Amino acid sequence: MLIRWSAAAATAMMLSNPVLLQGASAADKPTDPQIAHIAYTAGVIDINAAKQAQKKAKNKDVKAFAEDMLRDHEAVNKQALALVKKLNVTPEDNETSKALSKQAADKMAELDKLDGAAFDKAYVANEVAYHKAVNGALETQLIPSASNAELKSLLQTGLKIFQGHQQHAEHIAAELK
Amino acid sequence: MPGRLASIALAAVLLSTVVPARAATIEITMDNLVIAPPEVSAKIGDTITWVNRDVFAHTATAGNGDFDVMLPPKTSATSVLKKAGTIEYYCRYHPNMKATLKIEP
Repeated sequence: MLIRWSAAAATAMMLSNPVLLQGASAADKPTDPQIAHIAYTAGVIDINAAKQAQKKAKNKDVKAFAEDMLRDHEAVNKQALALVKKLNVTPEDNETSKALSKQAADKMAELDKLDGAAFDKAYVANEVAYHKAVNGALETQLIPSASNAELKSLLQTGLKIFQGHQQHAEHIAAELK
Repeated sequence: MPGRLASIALAAVLLSTVVPARAATIEITMDNLVIAPPEVSAKIGDTITWVNRDVFAHTATAGNGDFDVMLPPKTSATSVLKKAGTIEYYCRYHPNMKATLKIEP
C-alpha cells in the first residue's frame, strides 16, 4: 500500500514537474555547489512569478500571497547568498537548474497571456504544483544529498517555509473555485 | 515634624502593600517558524517582548483584533497588556504559526 502510494505521488510529481523528478532519479547525487545553485534558482523562479502576479493579479488574496512569496523567497535567497559567501562556495550551474529555468520561462509566457480571474487561478494553481515539486525535491533529493551542515539546515528551513506556502496556495486555490 | 515623617513612612509601607507586585516582562520568541512558548499566562500591566529570531518577517496578530505587532526579520518589539482575555494569535504571513496568550485581570 505504501509503495503504491509513493508511486502515485511520484507520478503526480512527474506530471507536475518533470524536471525535478528527472533530477531526483539521476544516478549521481548533486554536489553542494550544485544544490546551492538549484535552490537559489528555484527561489528566483518564484520571485519572478510573484513579480508577474503583482502586476497582473486582481484578487486581493492572490495579491497578498504574491507579496508573501516575494518577501519569503527573497529572505531565503539572501541567506543562501550569505552562506555560499561564508563557505567560499561558488554555486555551480547544472542541467537541473537550466531545465528549471527553461520550464519557468515557458510557464511565465503562458501566464502572461491570461488576465483577471483566469490569471489568478492559473498563477495559484501553478504555485501549488511548483511548491509541491520543489518540496518533493528538497525532501527526497536536495536535503539528503547536502553534505555541509549549514547548507542542509538552510534547506530544511526552506522546506518548512515552502510547505507553509503550499498549504497557503492550496487554501487560496480552493477559495477561487 | 517627626509626626509627619512617621505618616510618610506609614504611607510608604501602605503603598507597598496595596500596590501589586511589579508588572512582569515576558519574552515570546519566533524562531525557525515556531512561536515559543506556545501558551503564556500574563496579567494586565505585564509587558510582552516579542523576539523574531528568523530571517523572515513575522507578525503577532490577535484573532480578535486586539493587537497586530509587526516584526521585521531579526527584530523585537514590546506590547503592554491592557485587556483581559484568552487570545489566540498567529502570524499573518505564516498562518501555521499559532499560539495562545492568557491575560488575567
